[in-house]
Amino acid sequence: MERREFIKRAGRTGLAVASAALGAAYLYDPRSGAEYFRDQEQTSGIRLPSYRIDRGAGAVELAVARGQDPEQLVRAALGALGGIESFIQKGDVVLLKPNVAFDRPPALGATTHPDVLRAIALLCRQAGARKIVVADNPINQPEGCFFKSGIQKVAAEVDADLALPRPSAFESLQIDGEVLQTWPLFYKPFAEATKVIGVAPCKDHNLCSASMTMKNWYGLLGGRRNQFHQRIHGIVSDFPHMIKPTLVILDATRLLMRNGPTGGSLGDVAAGNTIIAGTDMVAIDTLGYTLLGRDPAKLEYLQRAEKRGLGTTRWKELNWREVQAG
Amino acid sequence: MKTPMRITQTRVLSQAFFFGLFLFFTFVTQFGYLKGYPVSLFLEVNPLVAIATAITTHTLYRGLLWSLVLLLPTLLLGRFFCNWICPYGTLHQLIGWLFNSRDIQRQIDSNRYRKIYALKYYFLIFFAVAALFGSLQIGLLDPICMLFRSFTVAVLPSVDLPTEWIYVRPHAHQLGWVVGFLLIFLVGMNLAIPRFFCRVVCPLGATLGLLSRFSIWRIERDTDKCVDCDLCLPRCEGASDPHTNLRKSECFVCFNCIDDCPHDALSFTTKAPVEHEVTYPDVDRRKAIFAGLTGLFFFLFSRRSGDLDKNFKKEVIRPPGSVAEPEFLERCIKCDQCIRVCPTNVLQPAMLESGIEGIWTPIMNMRMGYCELNCTLCGQVCPTGAIQKIGLPQKLGIGEFVDAGPVKTGTAFYDRGRCLPWAMDTPCVVCEEVCPTSPKAIYSREVEITNRWGEKVVLKRPYVDPELCIGCGICEHECPVKDHRAIRVTAVGETRSKERSLLLSIDAPSTDTKAPTT
Repeated sequence: MERREFIKRAGRTGLAVASAALGAAYLYDPRSGAEYFRDQEQTSGIRLPSYRIDRGAGAVELAVARGQDPEQLVRAALGALGGIESFIQKGDVVLLKPNVAFDRPPALGATTHPDVLRAIALLCRQAGARKIVVADNPINQPEGCFFKSGIQKVAAEVDADLALPRPSAFESLQIDGEVLQTWPLFYKPFAEATKVIGVAPCKDHNLCSASMTMKNWYGLLGGRRNQFHQRIHGIVSDFPHMIKPTLVILDATRLLMRNGPTGGSLGDVAAGNTIIAGTDMVAIDTLGYTLLGRDPAKLEYLQRAEKRGLGTTRWKELNWREVQAG
Repeated sequence: MKTPMRITQTRVLSQAFFFGLFLFFTFVTQFGYLKGYPVSLFLEVNPLVAIATAITTHTLYRGLLWSLVLLLPTLLLGRFFCNWICPYGTLHQLIGWLFNSRDIQRQIDSNRYRKIYALKYYFLIFFAVAALFGSLQIGLLDPICMLFRSFTVAVLPSVDLPTEWIYVRPHAHQLGWVVGFLLIFLVGMNLAIPRFFCRVVCPLGATLGLLSRFSIWRIERDTDKCVDCDLCLPRCEGASDPHTNLRKSECFVCFNCIDDCPHDALSFTTKAPVEHEVTYPDVDRRKAIFAGLTGLFFFLFSRRSGDLDKNFKKEVIRPPGSVAEPEFLERCIKCDQCIRVCPTNVLQPAMLESGIEGIWTPIMNMRMGYCELNCTLCGQVCPTGAIQKIGLPQKLGIGEFVDAGPVKTGTAFYDRGRCLPWAMDTPCVVCEEVCPTSPKAIYSREVEITNRWGEKVVLKRPYVDPELCIGCGICEHECPVKDHRAIRVTAVGETRSKERSLLLSIDAPSTDTKAPTT
């Protein structure tokens, strides 16, 4: 009896000793400091596929619609590009990226006009889109931005999902750009997306002079974006390299002429009565910049992007159309 | 035959309902859910809030008239609020019940009245005397303020951490751990003394206890039927001695004793003889006078610490619409509803920034957030008018408020030794980008400089226009110099105080200030 008791006790102790030893061996970390930090750095991000579609030779690449009514402008511009059906097919999940950076009503020109977004969303529905996701990572408080810009209401009207930039919605994106290598991307809305459409207002910007379709993609990044300003032209010209959207639309129904990118007064806004749509962001922004009354030859990020082969500033050399709407 | 629902079961339903309502209000007190819900209801029906602010301000602010809804039935029924409505009381009861490890005898002993239960009356006297002189401190211990504060500052942010249910961008609160541990400590005290907070500390309970002196109904013990078994005590919530002469001021009207009495000796009645009750709280006159003197000296010592005037701190940046600091301390009950509703997380509970009187009052911390230009939610939910209900035209200084100008909460200043374009020849001006006024209060001058390698560099260097700056702090919030920002807002120049104003051009606008010099 005593021997049996001893064996039982010794067995229990042995088991405890063995599990402690095994646990320690399992957790043992012999890395040097150099190895530790090297391992920390080895982060490779996800890569975004190209969302462009090949519409064949002869397709219209850039369309300018002029007129008063935002909805008719959108329809006219997309009609001139060959119709929404040449971009969106039945079953597509479309990510719409408006610029909702600031907590402002639409009239102040700091955000994408809700009527423009609605028109695009309805066209996507008409083309058979299965799902529409509206996403932005605003500078101001997101709920306030989506609410006051009218974008939340439009998303509800067209039965689109409004993606909110919660912390878990971000993933590291592999960019391999001139300035940006990897950076946190508001990835969740991309998870299902088969098509991506950028819808940007046409605005003055205090640092990089103008915020249009290229700069709009800033709003899908997270992390320490406030460092971008230190090399802003390099960053903005990285965006057409970072993302290849299906389509971009410049909402120049109103133009924010000064005090950008926030605006804040109706006196800062001028009527633009224009929508530009197409696939070449550099070309569209070149044209958009002239709407602000400025010289594209002096806008550094356009020149840089062109030099990198990411688009052309000579938009008249593209296959383009101008149409009158309404 | 179905037996009718017992009154104690009805009581539990009532407690569950009001606790649920409280949770609902705490959740919807945020942009997007607020709509028109009366989220301040629990504070507005609170007679302690109404009476104390009436003492400090000589007025009854807006919704505080609702306090009559609770005050009048208390005069009839006694302290029923404590065990039928109060969500903090419900929490204490629930935790005490869940973690109870006493046998029946120890339960009986733990529910006998003890001298220490009179402490809450001395706290109340302390608060009342401090209030007489203009220092409103009830919020430190008022149960509704405490519970709302605990949820806002500690519980909801903790729920959000693993779930992301509460915020889009996570909120954090300075000293959240203090508020959180205080909640755990007070709730944990139920393991030592049942309903510790309600019996020993609660100044609202003390107020209702004083009012219950007038109540017509109370628990009455029929001495002919009673066999002195003490079985009325194991579940007595208030420790009001139903087994002998009832202490009216301590009874929570929970009805457990009536439920538990095996001999039907107890009843809730109007016809009880006066000699069967202890009508008044167990307060000793000399101790009461001492508590009052402590309240007086609390006021004197704090006011001569200089925090309101000579030594006011630059961190005391109050939300837009706040009244001047002395009046603020007369009104703020530290419920922290403004902090809960603030969409950007800029509002934070103060520790000692505005002196000991300002503990848990809201101040703006621009590292945590910034004041959203088109937002006045804090003033909309403030139940006492410490932050006035101002509309956007008043905040922005537009429409009929053009002459008054915008509400300024402070002024931004550059730290040129830390600012990238000023100190490090590096482009930046994020501050100018996000500045929300039009024209922007932050502007930049383009300069061509020669850097240390002899290269010509064109830079924008930012400046603040103090006439246009409203102190919203988004510049400080977005500044990339993350630890000690290169632009920082301080309270000077705030609209609410002449003592802390900055520019003569704003305080004494004259038509010739902008005239060209001849």
